[in-house]
Amino acid sequence: MTGMTVIVKTVTRWTAALIFLYGAYVVAYGHLGPGGGFAGGVILACAYILITLAYGGEHALRVLPRAVASRLDSFGALAFLALALVGMVGGGLFFTNWLQQKWAGKAFHVFNGGIIPLANVAIAIKVCMSLFLVFFILSSVRMFGKDEQIDFRSKEVD
Amino acid sequence: MKIDIQTILPLAIAIPLGMGFILPLLGKKLTRLADVAANLATASLVCLSIILLVGRLQGGGAEVYWMGGWRITAGGTVFGINLVLDGLSALMLVLVSVVSFASTLFSSRYMDQYTGRSKYYGLFMLMIAGMNGCVLTGDMFNLFVFLEIAAVSSYALVAFGCESDELEASFKYLILGCVASSFILLSIALLYAQFGALNMAQLGERMAELGVNKGSLLALMMLLAGLGVKAALVPFHAWLPDAHPSAPAPISAMLSGVLIKAIGVYAIIRVVFNVYGWTPELGMALMVLGTLSMIVGGVLAMRQGDFKRLLAYSSISQIGYVVLAIGLGTPLGILAGLFHLANHAIFKSLLFLTSGAVQYRTGTRQLDEMGGLAQKMPITGRTCLVGSMSIAGIPPFNGFFSKLLIIIACVAAGRWGFALCAVIISIVTLAYFLKVQKNAFYGKLKDKWAQVREVPLTMQCSMVLLAVLCVAMGLLLVPGLREAVLEPARDALYQGVKGYQEVVMTLLGSGG
Amino acid sequence: MIYVLCLILFLVGLYGVLSQKNLIKLIIGLGIMEYAVNMFLIMVGYRKDGKAPIMESGTGLDKFLSGAVDPLPQAMVLTAIVINLAVLALAIAIAMRLYQKYGTYDITEIRRLRG
Repeated sequence: MTGMTVIVKTVTRWTAALIFLYGAYVVAYGHLGPGGGFAGGVILACAYILITLAYGGEHALRVLPRAVASRLDSFGALAFLALALVGMVGGGLFFTNWLQQKWAGKAFHVFNGGIIPLANVAIAIKVCMSLFLVFFILSSVRMFGKDEQIDFRSKEVD
Repeated sequence: MKIDIQTILPLAIAIPLGMGFILPLLGKKLTRLADVAANLATASLVCLSIILLVGRLQGGGAEVYWMGGWRITAGGTVFGINLVLDGLSALMLVLVSVVSFASTLFSSRYMDQYTGRSKYYGLFMLMIAGMNGCVLTGDMFNLFVFLEIAAVSSYALVAFGCESDELEASFKYLILGCVASSFILLSIALLYAQFGALNMAQLGERMAELGVNKGSLLALMMLLAGLGVKAALVPFHAWLPDAHPSAPAPISAMLSGVLIKAIGVYAIIRVVFNVYGWTPELGMALMVLGTLSMIVGGVLAMRQGDFKRLLAYSSISQIGYVVLAIGLGTPLGILAGLFHLANHAIFKSLLFLTSGAVQYRTGTRQLDEMGGLAQKMPITGRTCLVGSMSIAGIPPFNGFFSKLLIIIACVAAGRWGFALCAVIISIVTLAYFLKVQKNAFYGKLKDKWAQVREVPLTMQCSMVLLAVLCVAMGLLLVPGLREAVLEPARDALYQGVKGYQEVVMTLLGSGG
Repeated sequence: MIYVLCLILFLVGLYGVLSQKNLIKLIIGLGIMEYAVNMFLIMVGYRKDGKAPIMESGTGLDKFLSGAVDPLPQAMVLTAIVINLAVLALAIAIAMRLYQKYGTYDITEIRRLRG
């Protein structure tokens, strides 16, 4: 599959990075305003899905190999759990906001939400990778194939 | 040594959740490492749950744990995510861990027939995390979330073999389970709309203040229907006889042994006793549902030719016993019901594991095709005999005591009709398990099974472990142990809304 | 009452699940049910002229409570959406596998398990 027309490809080239940037903004700003890990992660995944649609599966896999995506998927969840466990070791309770004591409520400081921005980043990685994988795998299964190998060439994405 | 429950309580969820994400990272090559890691995880969960059970006794009452120490009081309502460890939760935790340990031990060789071992263990661990969270959580919405974690991973595990039957069973299970979840979520939303609280203790308090009205009755009905699907009570049981046999044997053991109890029966009795409060009408509803399941499951099990399908119908029937006894609402009834619930977890998972062992060696689940296998597979034959005698209620085994208690409780409460049904169905149970024994393990050995050997050592170990537990569980009625294990669990329910609320609310103020 | 509309939407979804024979339409029915529940949750938390539930500096808890919409149902809806996503993705994956095995999406033809 070679992807879609040159118009779509060009527009995608311009917009994909912007969408990604916007997703990153939503994640990073999530502890202060609307947004957060899940919403931002979905926007990040949309950037990858746009690339997959416009350029085809092969190109998308060059940008983000499947093995990397599924590793990052587990990594995001583990990072979130690790944050909680560190709180347990440091503060005595699961999910203790162990950074909050230092910088709580200080304006213009990165960690003024305690561990919440970090948790948002972990969730964003997890959500982005999961959504991308769900979309990619579902869109690339051959419907009449005997073997269950994933082969994106035979499936047209329109 | 003084054990600080406060520190280790969340590990019951964190360990399986963490393993659930680490194990898939191991990939295809390191399958043995995945086996070892999964077994270590479940073994540590067994230790943890026993420590929690014992530690709770030392501490006296229940433990309430607020995630991150964060809670906020607004308008008289306390918001926060809490875990509550009382007698019932501790009992359920031990059951979940023991059965999951036996199942992972069994899986290490049984899953040689399948690919994708690390993914299998990942899903398995997620299912355990869901169940542990479900029995520990103290608020309605988290109950729903953990219930869904357990349910979604079980949908995937039922379909794990990716054959036609498995996919079909899994799809049926998924559709019914998903409709049930919608009902549960809608009823939780209704409850929140009316009472403005999600914490079970506070919900119970508000409900006692404002009285039950039409809205909360609607919510109750939807909750009973939704959770009834998860528990496979009779009008809602259609998915179970398909889903449980289709899954790999260790998963069938988990599904029948603990999943339908942790996310079905446990949730129902928690809601009925600790949120709504037991009333005679509600008790009657539970008893009728229970008796229906008991009769329909028992009768349908009689005519099954498929080993695992028979066991699945028998699960419906035994869950009926549990719900019937707990619905009585008397102290003895609740004790008997919980005891039977614990026993059923052990012997039903044992029976599913033996059926898996037979399938592992002979490749069939049809009882007609087997015969005389006890000669070739002595350990499997004997453990299956132990399991069958327990479930049928033959004296030295645990099933006898719990069924006897249930019947006595029915009689003591003056419910003669229900007692009679329980007796009759117990005879029916004996009949179909005699059929299993005769067809599968005794009688003449067929020629085609001449080459059959006993299953590998780890599989034997897990079956023997459960068989020993089948005998040992009878000891739970001995005065010392009864006060330690069963009575706290009973009290957690019997003290009803008020008791639960006192337990949770007195600990609200204390730090942590 | 506007809540009744949610209930009607819920029933539409339930009707879809119960009456449709096509696997994909069944899954769409499930989706409609979940949306109805999510909308109901949002309506539970809604308050006329309510503000977005973000605490600004200088706002006390009381003022926040009297002015803002209820944030809890929103958090619940977000969680419910994530769960729903997982369930629907799994349902579609299983439906596709079923199609590979049986060559049809019609549930009346996918009936091996009985009894």
